[in-house]
Amino acid sequence: MTQKITAPLTVNGQRHTITAHEDTPLLWVLREHLKLTGTKYGCGVGQCGACTVHLDGKPTQSCLHAFKDIAGRRITTIEGLAPGGQHPLQKAWIAEQVPQCGYCQSGQIMRAAGLLKEKPRPSRDEIVEYMSPNICRCGTYVRIVRAIERAAKEV
Amino acid sequence: MRTDKQKFVRSPAPDTSLRVNRSRRRFMLGAGGFTFATAVGVPDLSAFAAAANQKVLNPYVTLATDGAVYIMSPAAEMGQGSLTSLPRIVADEMDADWSRVTIVPAPPNDKLYGNPLFGRLQYTAGSATVTGYFTPLRQFGAQVRYVLMENAARHWNVPISELTTAPGTVVHANSGRKLSYGDIAAFAKIPGEAPEVALEPLDRARFRLIGHDIGRIDVPLKVNGSAQYSIDVQVPGMIYGAILRQPVEGAAPERIDEAAARAIEGVMQIVPLKYGVGVLADTPWAAFKAKNALKVSWSRKATGWGHSSAKALEQFSAVARDPSRKGVAWEEKGDVHAAMKRAATVFEGEYRADYAYHAQMEPLNSVAAVSPAGDACEIWCGTQSQTIAVTAVANALGIPESRVKFNGMLLGGGFGRRGNRDVEFIVDSALMSKAAGRPVKVLWTREDDVHNGRFRPLYVNRISAGMDANGQLIAWHHRVVSDRVLAFMDPVRWKVMKGRDNIAMRGTELPTYEIADRLAEGLQQDTGMRTAPLRAIGVGQNAFANEVFMDEVAAKRGIDPIQFRLQHLAKVPRARHVIEEVARMADWGRKREGRGLGIAYLDYSGTQLAGIAEVSVERASGAINVHNFWCTIDVGVPVHPDNVIAQSESSLVYGLGLALMERITIEDGVVQQSNFYDYHVPRMKDLPPIHIKLIPTPNHPTGAGQMTTPLVAPAISNAVYQLTGVRLRQQPMLSARVLQALREGTTRIS
Repeated sequence: MTQKITAPLTVNGQRHTITAHEDTPLLWVLREHLKLTGTKYGCGVGQCGACTVHLDGKPTQSCLHAFKDIAGRRITTIEGLAPGGQHPLQKAWIAEQVPQCGYCQSGQIMRAAGLLKEKPRPSRDEIVEYMSPNICRCGTYVRIVRAIERAAKEV
Repeated sequence: MRTDKQKFVRSPAPDTSLRVNRSRRRFMLGAGGFTFATAVGVPDLSAFAAAANQKVLNPYVTLATDGAVYIMSPAAEMGQGSLTSLPRIVADEMDADWSRVTIVPAPPNDKLYGNPLFGRLQYTAGSATVTGYFTPLRQFGAQVRYVLMENAARHWNVPISELTTAPGTVVHANSGRKLSYGDIAAFAKIPGEAPEVALEPLDRARFRLIGHDIGRIDVPLKVNGSAQYSIDVQVPGMIYGAILRQPVEGAAPERIDEAAARAIEGVMQIVPLKYGVGVLADTPWAAFKAKNALKVSWSRKATGWGHSSAKALEQFSAVARDPSRKGVAWEEKGDVHAAMKRAATVFEGEYRADYAYHAQMEPLNSVAAVSPAGDACEIWCGTQSQTIAVTAVANALGIPESRVKFNGMLLGGGFGRRGNRDVEFIVDSALMSKAAGRPVKVLWTREDDVHNGRFRPLYVNRISAGMDANGQLIAWHHRVVSDRVLAFMDPVRWKVMKGRDNIAMRGTELPTYEIADRLAEGLQQDTGMRTAPLRAIGVGQNAFANEVFMDEVAAKRGIDPIQFRLQHLAKVPRARHVIEEVARMADWGRKREGRGLGIAYLDYSGTQLAGIAEVSVERASGAINVHNFWCTIDVGVPVHPDNVIAQSESSLVYGLGLALMERITIEDGVVQQSNFYDYHVPRMKDLPPIHIKLIPTPNHPTGAGQMTTPLVAPAISNAVYQLTGVRLRQQPMLSARVLQALREGTTRIS
């Protein structure tokens, strides 16, 4: 039987004190405790990437991290990616009209942001390799690639 | 009719309306720089009328004296873009200034906002939205323009024939006078009965918005995390529900051991339901844990127990081969049996498909707040039918529909999963909220979503074709054995259809191929399985059968498969055009070392399409690699061309999954898959380069949302044949099946 614990969490530069079951995935802490609902639940087992956030600056699936393991660490969600939602990727996503249902797109953008941090000028193959953990059931992949290439030119 | 109408009364300034409706959002469109507002909440028509400075012109258009134009969009937005496309049609005909348009999701009202193609049901499905609403919305727009011109004519005392319009303005060129639509709204008299306005024919219409690209209004919300799906709804006092559902439809919980579930901190209540056992908790995580800790035994009375998908394929095949088993005619032209007797040659083929799962990215969920007295309910949900949701909740709670307040949210994917008449995923939260006496969000886990999926049915298709001595097809007999779909997913429409299962059977009909005598008959089976329309509905499998069989017949005659198709499309220039153009794009005649090309053609609800796949096969593993996919599509007038392309890309990716990897299996009635680790869908690495050409023609717009999905599997199968001489006759074409087919040569595989 797991216990509820109270621990600090830094999300989008703001420090919070959260009380939750110690095994609660970060995803649900973000969504239901902090009401940061831009991070989406898709599979709960690290298979789809809809819940991708940055943990200490690196993209990761927030459904895979238990609350007790991430206390005190630095988290960035789609809401905190860039002031006013003006990250080059977000602008490129609009220019290429990427989203359809849109549900996976926070995760796609957070993952792409991780890619551009690591490799500001990724090749087509590097984009495909890096982005393949994230599922888009609407199949917007063609436009995701175009948007990443567009943003890479502007960064 | 609404319980708290005043909450939604709009004040004239959009900024103020932001404050009165907390779910309203304003945002900038990046490229165009237009400011829009969208409401993903409950707009109320009577609220418009209540404002002194606004005029309701008709159910779709309200004008404010400051020139703001409010246009209702009646369809659900699930990524297909009609939230934007439909108001564009109205705005074009009324010559509105698009920068002043606010799109307002229409409230549930079949009479005002129903799709004529669904008997005026407010139901977003079948790629029927633009095609169904196009003419009525043009008419509504044209009427608004006429009424405004008529008012201006009276105001200036000039004949209406001397007036023209520019965007948002009525112009009297002779005197150089102008009146903005907002100015006219201040004094306009609205006739009780709208005048019927003659619309310009499509080959002469000068559209200003239709046929031109625009940013979709929902896109900016979807890149910054602010788009609201029902899973995101937060209501004060809300708690969370999860439900352990019946493993087989109709099974009921018999013994419930809830001790372990109750012991979990945060669990508040266990709620026995007819179809499962619900858990209420203070967080989603506690609810999920408690649901997983429940131990429940189920009644064995349900039809689906004992069902096995592997065995059912063989049983369905036996039914398909048994001539004494007559089906229900779906399409019948002439006398297929007599024509078959006249034929010089008769061919036969059998095709199969496994169950397939929607896998919309947002697992099903909903939020409900039932009043303490149980006599009213407010719901927040993503549904393909606003009115079906209201009716289902009212029925489940035993309250009048007028006591259900509906909040339509964006859908995190639909694909047919959210339009069933019983909308079980919405009723869930109504029942749980009633039990809790407070608002409840009921969440399905991904595993719940798979285990309780409502699938594209299992199929066995058997086709016979008769050919005359000249090599022309004269008879086509298609028998479809599958689980029943319509009777399960929508008993109301099922009654109207009189035994014809349109969801299972669509796509068997051949509206364009010149084959005089045809019969498509359905032999749908009540296996007890949960089924639903799935993107491309029956067309996804029935066109696979038709188009692979077409290829087989051509090959047996030694005729090029494209020539063979064109030979049967002599009188359909639009069909010939999409085929000839895709052949040109793919350079069809050029042989590629180690690669095969395959074609598929389709008339899908009037939309003309053709696709060519270029493939190679890994002989050791049986894996099919798709290297290119070319596609042409003619939807008539494309209302939003870039969105037609986007939907075609999307549908091709969906089709790729169904063609190559997606399979649900059933044992003893129970789904064997659980999540994306054992139900694989296409990822970015699975995609070939996709080349789409939109061919605009001055015809009534037809569907775009799912049309290319059924091209993929037959094009791939036909390409594998060209390369290897082996026919793949079952979806999905899993590598193990390909391997087996390569070993066995061209014999039937399963």
